[in-house]
Amino acid sequence: MSLAADPRVAEAWSHLADYLGSHLRVSIAALALGLAVSLPLALLARNRPLLRGSLLGVASVVQTVPGLALLALFYPLLLALAALALRWFGFGFSAFGFLPAVLALALYSMLPVLRNTITGLNGIDPALIEAAQGVGMTARQSLTTVELPLALPVIMAGIRTAAVWVIGTATLSTPIGQTSLGNYIFAGLQTQNWVLVVFGCVAAAVLALAVDQLLALIEQGLRMRSRLRSALGGAGIALMVAASLIPALAMSSARYVVGAKTFTEQYVLSALLTDRLEASGLSAVTRSGLGSSVIYEALRNGDIDLYVDYSGTLWANQFHHSEMLPREQLLDALKKDLAAQKVTLLGGLGFENAYALVMPRKKAEALHVRSIDDLAGHTSDMSIAGDYEFFSRPEWAALRKAYGLSFKAQRQMQPDFMYAAVASGEVDVIAGYTSDGLIAKYDLVVLDDNKHAIPPYDAILLLSPKRADDQVLQDALKPLLGRIDLKTMQQANLRASGNNAESSPPAVARWLWEKIAPVK
Amino acid sequence: MPDTPLIAYDHVRKRFAGNGGVVAVDDVSLVVASGEFLAIVGGSGSGKTTLLRLTNRLIEADAGTITVDGEDVASLDPVSLRRRIGYVFQSGGLFPHMSVAANIGITPKLLDTPAPEIAARVDELLDLVRLDRKQYRDRLPHELSGGQRQRISVARALAARPRIVLMDEPFGALDPLTRDALGEDYRALHKALGLTTIMITHDMTEALLLADRVAVMRSGRLLSVGTPTELAVSDQPYVKELLQTPRRQTERLKVLLPQGGFA
Repeated sequence: MSLAADPRVAEAWSHLADYLGSHLRVSIAALALGLAVSLPLALLARNRPLLRGSLLGVASVVQTVPGLALLALFYPLLLALAALALRWFGFGFSAFGFLPAVLALALYSMLPVLRNTITGLNGIDPALIEAAQGVGMTARQSLTTVELPLALPVIMAGIRTAAVWVIGTATLSTPIGQTSLGNYIFAGLQTQNWVLVVFGCVAAAVLALAVDQLLALIEQGLRMRSRLRSALGGAGIALMVAASLIPALAMSSARYVVGAKTFTEQYVLSALLTDRLEASGLSAVTRSGLGSSVIYEALRNGDIDLYVDYSGTLWANQFHHSEMLPREQLLDALKKDLAAQKVTLLGGLGFENAYALVMPRKKAEALHVRSIDDLAGHTSDMSIAGDYEFFSRPEWAALRKAYGLSFKAQRQMQPDFMYAAVASGEVDVIAGYTSDGLIAKYDLVVLDDNKHAIPPYDAILLLSPKRADDQVLQDALKPLLGRIDLKTMQQANLRASGNNAESSPPAVARWLWEKIAPVK
Repeated sequence: MPDTPLIAYDHVRKRFAGNGGVVAVDDVSLVVASGEFLAIVGGSGSGKTTLLRLTNRLIEADAGTITVDGEDVASLDPVSLRRRIGYVFQSGGLFPHMSVAANIGITPKLLDTPAPEIAARVDELLDLVRLDRKQYRDRLPHELSGGQRQRISVARALAARPRIVLMDEPFGALDPLTRDALGEDYRALHKALGLTTIMITHDMTEALLLADRVAVMRSGRLLSVGTPTELAVSDQPYVKELLQTPRRQTERLKVLLPQGGFA
């Protein structure tokens, strides 16, 4: 089958206008803001060694913060600011998506612009600056007619570096809710759809190169005083901005936004929810790849309208309860907690996706291990792997305390890779998810939690405060409640983790609906 | 010839911070008459360039007064002062990203002279410094020879029709033939346009050949000032030392070129 005919490629193309437009919009806004701040700062600081040193120092430190972390930090920061603004001035703003992404990326773009502008200006032959004074220029005239034009190649090189960095780093703004070309990469990585990953990378690279070349054209035009080149470069950038605004204009305001976290099951479920809404005549879009802590706040603020979370996750992480209640009691208590924040718990989907300790069946049988209790005696020479958050979650602390677990080594892994790692013996035990289809695929076994240290993790459907009374929406979703059992979800997840034409989340969601749809 | 003083230095002092606080110009008093061509001669560190820069306030004096046309420069706006005084920089100081025409026309442009007037003035000045209008107008400085660059620099200094021209070792970096030709051409312009010129040089021969009067500076102090004839009879040891070189060269040339040639 030719690559072009692959339905995954067709699916990738169908998102291109939206992802590319959003990516370009956030990148250009960030770059414009970064330039608007950095250029005047550089002019102000160039002859003040103390200010110059501290500015460059701060910008360098910002640069050492990994892009993903910088973007993630802006979300709670803005959330706090938005709360303050609401209290003091009576209006709030969305701390989700565009704004934190633009601010973080603008900060990221500052170092090359600051450094190159200062270096460029300070590198000018002092004799020329004296000549500018000597022919009767004011300081401002000297700056605009002599110093800036002479420093232009160096300054433009800085701007081009910043542009490439911003466009590359903008792919990381997906988890804080800004749609970007990173949506391809995150989704592809989670569902092991390498076509999507490559598609996203290539698109981001092409965009970075294109912007870089247009900026180079403007620079050449300014340097060679060729109006044509500058105009062509400027027109190219303007065209990109204009094109990026078209999908935004076309986007209707009545849409429901379905959120999804960053793992396979969530991609499938959000596709299923979107399908159901559309089947009821509601227009819906998916915001996928959202960070685990971002997504609940986004729902509370109405930036997304609905998503699927897990009872135990909210119980322990969002509401910081340490006591473990039986399943039904926990759900009731959680429902009250949620209601206090005006979030509607519409109901459970019917399956549980719990954390569980998982190991190969053969090894478990050889060691006569059936429960975590049985495992406890062996852990001192075993290694365990979990996802990026597991070891800092309260469940892990509870498990260790209840069973006295003490492993020789613990490792963090991309969830999709840890099943293969435990199957191949690279690690001995993993903290897996009970609904994961890979458990069956690799012939793994889930160890009993006979002391109930891990809370129940019912998949529950949450609605944002503004959808609390939306009867049309709730009617569209009700056919899903209680319909998906663990086995079905495992099968769906297994399908979605495949790397073929039928493994895209929308395709799996259609398969899933056919299995669970009420018979008419 | 010297009649009304156009530029006057009165007990001028300038000390630079750092390096133990070097006194660059030490109590200098000097009068330059309208229409005069004065050369200031001295070695490096003699303070001659500092004195020149004090004149159009590229740097500020610590003490003493400098008057231009009777006005204390300290009371004038430095920018407009500089626009009415031509300045020729040591290495030309042409702006590398501007064409010859833009370089020459810069001061008139700063004075908001209309563009057609500037263009006409540029052509006139190119004629004046004997460069072909059409050939040179649109070139960039790096496409010119050293001598051509200094001609443009002189043209730029003259563009806003100043009465005063300050020159900081204008011909120092040129080969002897170009230097001589340019010196002679400038001397003619000085006369024809009725300019008042102060030229800094470390070359006594050049000073003697071009200037009406020569001032000798050393370690920030003005040692002596006078016409070549007056200097010739000076009993200042340093002045005598400076005059030794041109004298020895003359003797040597007389022997080498017995016909009394035109070297």
